[in-house]
Amino acid sequence: MAMTVHCDIVSAEQEIFSGLVEMVVASASEGEVGIFYGHAPLLASLQPGPVRIRKQNGEEEMYFVSGGYLEVQPHVVTILADTALREGDMDEEAAMEAKRQAEEALKGEGEGLDYSKAAAQLAEAAAQLRTLQAIRKKLNK
Amino acid sequence: MASGKEIRTKIGSIKNTQKITSAMEMVAASKMRKAQDRMETGKPYATRIRDVVSHIAAGNPEYKHVYLTQRDEIKRVGYIVVSTDRGLCGGLNINAFKEVIRHSKAWHDKGVPSDLCLIGAKGAAFFKSVGGNIVASVRDMGEQPSVTDLIGSVKVMLDGFVKGKIDELYLVSNEFVNTMTQAPTVKQLLPLKPAEGDEFKRHAWDYLYEPEASELLNGLMIRYIESQVYQAVVENGACEQAARMIAMKNATDNAGDLINDLQLAYNKARQAAITQELSEIVGGAAAV
Repeated sequence: MAMTVHCDIVSAEQEIFSGLVEMVVASASEGEVGIFYGHAPLLASLQPGPVRIRKQNGEEEMYFVSGGYLEVQPHVVTILADTALREGDMDEEAAMEAKRQAEEALKGEGEGLDYSKAAAQLAEAAAQLRTLQAIRKKLNK
Repeated sequence: MASGKEIRTKIGSIKNTQKITSAMEMVAASKMRKAQDRMETGKPYATRIRDVVSHIAAGNPEYKHVYLTQRDEIKRVGYIVVSTDRGLCGGLNINAFKEVIRHSKAWHDKGVPSDLCLIGAKGAAFFKSVGGNIVASVRDMGEQPSVTDLIGSVKVMLDGFVKGKIDELYLVSNEFVNTMTQAPTVKQLLPLKPAEGDEFKRHAWDYLYEPEASELLNGLMIRYIESQVYQAVVENGACEQAARMIAMKNATDNAGDLINDLQLAYNKARQAAITQELSEIVGGAAAV
């Protein structure tokens, strides 16, 4: 059996996941990072995107985080998410709608709209959709 | 002895008060449940981020964040005091203020003055009357405080720390032990204390950072302080409702006792009046 580390995923609202995992994959600010047992201490900020974990029994789970921080200690991995969603809680239509709204807001940029806010919204919605697609791929395979 | 009518009015007014206090008790009980939920949901994040930050404090980072540096000489200390906006919640606020005064007196005796950042209307009123150097104050946050309400006043203290106006920062709030007990606590926010435990001390280690250490740590530290203060405010909210519930329950019970006593006095007065009337009639009849 593969070596496991303890992993905690918490968002400001609730504890999303806590338990032993074989592997964690998250999208850090400079690209995806994969973490196994015995990883060197790492501190990274997270981009909006999927977080994939493989649990002790080989089962994979997917979460969506909208940014936050990742801390790796040899024995524990902690993900401090701004907001996080379980795969079951994600709503594709809502994400599409959010993306559409954000795109519209960006188009109307000249009218004094908050450009950076709209851009952040768009990035988040797009990341949520990406996560959903990844989940679908996983289910189909 | 007071006349029957007087006692009756008294009983009436106490009954009205009792109605109010029992209504307040019930309102507080239902609000407490919500406040407790709010406290519970925020707790995992607050504890995890505290763990992470204490790991950072225990390491030997290449970039030493200003929040992590212990200062040799303490010239001034700061307190963030969390209190309630409304009263009628027993000794909750006063116990916390006592703790602030006890703590700051210990510093004062060493010649170290203190700055106060007050959250909640009761704290502002109290420290205005007893005196104290208030540098920031925020009030009327309602039942659902949001982090954005707090950022401003907390930032005043953080800036003060960065600029060296204050050298240590404490957070004073009530800890929710259970519905019956709320314990005032003083926690040191800055500089951060390293994690206990041998595994962090055995050898010098540092994180890999993504992106730059300074940028990352700045963001994380501010997030940490915000989450700690927010959690304290939310927890204090749950304490407030619990304390109010207990205080109002006691008030209702006391009103009941008073009413019983008065009822007894009223009955006695009534009986005495009847007896007197009877004896007058009997005396009158005997005289005829």
